[in-house]
Amino acid sequence: MNPAPLIALVGNPNAGKSALFNALTGARQKVGNYPGVTVERKSGRLTLPDGRPAELVDLPGAYSLEPSSPDEAVTRDVVLGRQAGERRPDALVVVLDAGNLPNHLRFAMQLVALGLPTVIALNMVDLAERDGLTLDAEVLAQELGVPVVPTVAVRRRGLDALTEALTDAVKRKPEPARDTDPLPQLQKQARKLAAAAVLSETPARRWNHALDSVALHPVAGPAILLALLFVMFQAVFSWSEAPIGWIEGAFAGASEWIAGTLADNLLRSLLVDGVLAGVGAVVVFLPQILILFAFILVLEATGYMVRAAFLMDRIMARAGLSGRAFIPLLSSFACAVPGIMATRTIDDEKDRLTTILIAPLMTCSARLPVYTIIIGAFIPDREVALLVGLQGLVLFALYILGILGAFVAALLLRRTITKGTSSGFMLEMPRYQWPRPRDLLIGLWQRAAIFLKRAGTIIAVTTIVLWALLSFPKPPEGSPVSQVDYSVAGRIANGIEVAVAPIGFNRDIALALIPAMAAREVAVAAIGTVYAVEDSEDSQGQQTIRDNLRTRWSLPTALAFLMWFVFAPQCISTIAVARRETNGWRWPLFMVGYLFAAAYIAAGLTYWSARALGL
Amino acid sequence: MDMSRPIVPSLSLETLPRFQRATVAAIEWSRLEAPQARRLRELGFDEGVDVEVLHRSGGPIACRIGRMTVALRRAVAAAVHVSPAA
Repeated sequence: MNPAPLIALVGNPNAGKSALFNALTGARQKVGNYPGVTVERKSGRLTLPDGRPAELVDLPGAYSLEPSSPDEAVTRDVVLGRQAGERRPDALVVVLDAGNLPNHLRFAMQLVALGLPTVIALNMVDLAERDGLTLDAEVLAQELGVPVVPTVAVRRRGLDALTEALTDAVKRKPEPARDTDPLPQLQKQARKLAAAAVLSETPARRWNHALDSVALHPVAGPAILLALLFVMFQAVFSWSEAPIGWIEGAFAGASEWIAGTLADNLLRSLLVDGVLAGVGAVVVFLPQILILFAFILVLEATGYMVRAAFLMDRIMARAGLSGRAFIPLLSSFACAVPGIMATRTIDDEKDRLTTILIAPLMTCSARLPVYTIIIGAFIPDREVALLVGLQGLVLFALYILGILGAFVAALLLRRTITKGTSSGFMLEMPRYQWPRPRDLLIGLWQRAAIFLKRAGTIIAVTTIVLWALLSFPKPPEGSPVSQVDYSVAGRIANGIEVAVAPIGFNRDIALALIPAMAAREVAVAAIGTVYAVEDSEDSQGQQTIRDNLRTRWSLPTALAFLMWFVFAPQCISTIAVARRETNGWRWPLFMVGYLFAAAYIAAGLTYWSARALGL
Repeated sequence: MDMSRPIVPSLSLETLPRFQRATVAAIEWSRLEAPQARRLRELGFDEGVDVEVLHRSGGPIACRIGRMTVALRRAVAAAVHVSPAA
């Protein structure tokens, strides 16, 4: 049997391609990677009106077939049938923004000339009409020689006609490619064709510019951006309280149930002290991570993110970066891995390399578990001003510290090893739009699935390994040495402790730093497991991590620990993605080296000054 | 193009007053690095296209080209020579 036909969605950035992809495939999506490159491959199933299934793949947005970034190279290679691991599409859907025809048609003409069966989705016709522009799809279809279907992806309009046209398209055979004129001539033809397709046009309405007058205002703009970021970080803390309580309750219930059902044996210890203590300590942060991602997704979907990049360009330029770096860096607040991948939209090599090297300094969501637990245990919960809690303020300060560190690092890097002319900042600013709840939910669901998968695999495995290392060998009966000190992990940690004792770290921290390399949030899980194993010997029974921390750590140690996590490159996935993105070990090793050095110095300075202040 | 109107070479997108409609008279491609020049072309900048400066900041400027808004750094905007519309 023939495989289901492959249909590729292609178009300029901001043409509404992803919304169309979501509307056509619903939640039935697969997110993967193209082999050898880290470009995300998003695909989904689509049932054509004749009942045949088809595979729809959403290609990265591009402006032309001459790529200026790895993302755009994938788009070119797929449509030309040259991409490893992808068959040549049987048909193309070229997505055009109806309000931007003069510009988007040029790329469409290049794509049509490839000879593949093509259908054009004239997307966002509603926005164009609201903007005073009425178009004649027939004229475009005649001139381009392919079907043109007006669509409004976010309202699911025109989808039936589009799939109808696709049913015919996948039955056609590809034709030989035609040559197109060079870019400048093609541009002129595109403008002529766009003008011919206009039925009526009134000057563009100004509401977008009115919004921009505020959002991009030299004074109001940065103030709004700062306020938004502040609200975002406060929300991460305060909105998540209730759901965190539910999750904690669920895990505590499960622990109790197992403790009541199983006899006190090794299996019970593995399940309660290893799996539940470890995984529970991490899953509890799902609400905070989702809130953070929800903010980022909304900012992206509304079109505000590009305005933020515009506002940030001036500051970024001072660090030798482009405003474009702001979007990958902001994504790095959720996770450095997608952040580093998002640097692919930066054309300039040195600019991109610098952004990759500083991305791990953005406070990723995996640090949140560590920050929250330490802040919760050591920083008093009181209001310093109306609606501003001290705990939230400390968290905000940690984020700012990471940003300042990144800024200084970028400055130094741009003057030394990534020296070169400053790259440009040139980008299209999309119209403002209401975000679609459905698209947001799909995005959030994908993030939650990735996080839970991590919690269920890497984190579960590392906590089980750690539990085993902590539980064996058993000290002989009556030995004065505790279980943890006697275990394999305890012995390793006692070795590391020598190196980290000067910056105030105790053995438990040294122990937590090892598995934290797998994922930062495991540090919390590891400390949870250490104390769970120790408490299980204790006559008083299990205490919460928070109580354990308060009795076992001093305030200077806790503060030094926070500082360590601001800088330390504690995550193997980030190092791995940096290796893939820079094609070698040189830069990731440099990144790990400079970040560990910075972490050690920062934690040490904090510890010594806190001690000197008598905290 | 209307040849009766002399092109004032001193006026570029960088110096064009805000909300003053203009057409691109010439682009000094040689002043731009190759990737920047190509991106500028891909965003639709070309002789005869109608443009307008919408927002200025201490950093980049935002301008309207056709129905699209594009952000540019000032150094690039300075390479885009414009002649104001009547």
